[in-house]
Amino acid sequence: MRTYLDFEKPIADLESRLEETKALAQSSNVDVSQAVEVLEQSIEKLRREIFQNLTRWQRVQLSRHPDRPYTLDYISLMCSQFIELHGDRTVRDDPAMIGGFCELDDQAVMIIGQQKGRNTKQRQQRNFGMANPEGYRKALRLMKLAEKFNKPIITLIDTPGAFPGLEAEERGQGEAIARNLKEMFMLKVPVICIIIGEGASGGALGIAIGDRVFMLENTWYSVISPESCSSILWRSWNFKEQAAEALKLTAKDMATFNLVDGIIDEPLGGAHTDHGAMALHLKEVILKSLAELNALDPDERIDQRIDKFCSMGVVVE
Amino acid sequence: MSWFVRKDKGIQTPTEMKREAPDGLWYQCPNCKKIMHTREHKLNAYTCVHCNYHEKIGSDAYFSILFDENQFVELDATMTSADPLKFTDTKPYPDRLRTTINKTGLKDAVRTAYGPMNDITVTIACMDFGFIGGSMGSVVGEKIARAIDHALQNKTPFLMISRSGGARMMEAGFSLMQMAKTSAKLALLSEAGLPYVSLLTDPTTGGVTASYAMLGDFNIAEPGALIGFAGPRVIRETIGTDLPKGFQSAEFVLEHGFLDFIVDRKDLKDKLSSLFKMLQ
Repeated sequence: MRTYLDFEKPIADLESRLEETKALAQSSNVDVSQAVEVLEQSIEKLRREIFQNLTRWQRVQLSRHPDRPYTLDYISLMCSQFIELHGDRTVRDDPAMIGGFCELDDQAVMIIGQQKGRNTKQRQQRNFGMANPEGYRKALRLMKLAEKFNKPIITLIDTPGAFPGLEAEERGQGEAIARNLKEMFMLKVPVICIIIGEGASGGALGIAIGDRVFMLENTWYSVISPESCSSILWRSWNFKEQAAEALKLTAKDMATFNLVDGIIDEPLGGAHTDHGAMALHLKEVILKSLAELNALDPDERIDQRIDKFCSMGVVVE
Repeated sequence: MSWFVRKDKGIQTPTEMKREAPDGLWYQCPNCKKIMHTREHKLNAYTCVHCNYHEKIGSDAYFSILFDENQFVELDATMTSADPLKFTDTKPYPDRLRTTINKTGLKDAVRTAYGPMNDITVTIACMDFGFIGGSMGSVVGEKIARAIDHALQNKTPFLMISRSGGARMMEAGFSLMQMAKTSAKLALLSEAGLPYVSLLTDPTTGGVTASYAMLGDFNIAEPGALIGFAGPRVIRETIGTDLPKGFQSAEFVLEHGFLDFIVDRKDLKDKLSSLFKMLQ
């Protein structure tokens, strides 16, 4: 059973009519091929119309779609081998942040990312993709490991934020993220970061300092979620649509402001409608960027990485 | 039936008839409620002479405490915020900026300067909480980045005094990237072997904690300062119970291993200059 978002309702209606027509044909031997074709065309047309004019809030909804591919889905679709590595060597393993060496075509790479759960039990286990400090420290440990063996790093970002819990504070959530930011600038290997779902604030940035930072078409990346922004600035949870508009948090917005390097197109209807096609396209982009980055020497890459982030910001002098 | 009964009816001195002490002569400590002379309070580095409560002060006061004879050269003193997102919530961001600039006399939430501190030249960036909650937007990030550049070029130690609620929502993505920018510059400062002291004051939370404030070679704090990544309200809502007493206080953060020491403001200058002398 597919999950439809509220704005997809007209598509859902047509699709159920299509199913009914097909079922009718089977039970009564009536030729409905023409009706099916008409319906399929109008579904396609409607989908195109709806997805060409998505509001920012609708994109936020798509980024959180329960059927969307998550980090482990991309790894299994893109890589022929994956050796998952666990633990931060200090406190424990954080299931909200996963990583390990992968084989991407013939290249060994380190892939790290937040992981969300598919059902209630998994969601709890993965803490809804909200990492604790040990998750960020695990990520950094794996990055250093990749650097040691001269393997490029790919991070996949999908988090509603770093976990705001009691133990997270005790174990230094702020320090863990801050350290990652600083250390990632000095990594000698290529680093490619891709927002594949939600990119909420410091929790996202904590693994998103890279030579290339991309966003999938229907994702968001900002300093705060529209809901929290609404609750702080409007003092009510009801202004999330306005907040999403004001924050200008979509891939298109962020690319316009040069705060990310590019947008990766999704299949029509969103990444969740075709995991295979999405993963294939993502892989192409990664391989192309790796080829570009491998051509530079480490110091050049580090200088460019630092210069890029240091040029971000608009002030009046 | 009230506990106290007014014996003389009609004691209603009009406000303008009340005798006033000259404004600003006395300071009442908000913590212990005791009264002291403002001069005495100022000489005590704006801390209470009775209970050691550290009054929340801004860049003006810190500069006067730390720089010898208040001698310093301010960097990028005229830089102000733009409005790249054309951000409007209940009012447009430029209006909010204008009102705050007029009210506080400040240009944004950080001031940066260099000057002598017990004869050692230091570069200092100091945040002002009075400016939209000390929030970090492009100006804060850029001024800190340039102050670090100044420290790098002139080979001075760098002191960052943080007091901030975190990121400035009205600059959304731009604000977020200031965390990255400042961390990049601090990585360069680190490579150059120059000392970086991060002083966390009350309160330091959010994106500021998750970037430059926690990246000091020495992370130090004022007594009792609230220090955390998530604010107490958010954590309370997440876990659904009240927070333990003293949670996220400087003392708590020290105990958990994220601070090098807690320093009384009146000892700050001497302690820092001793430290910098040892490192020279």
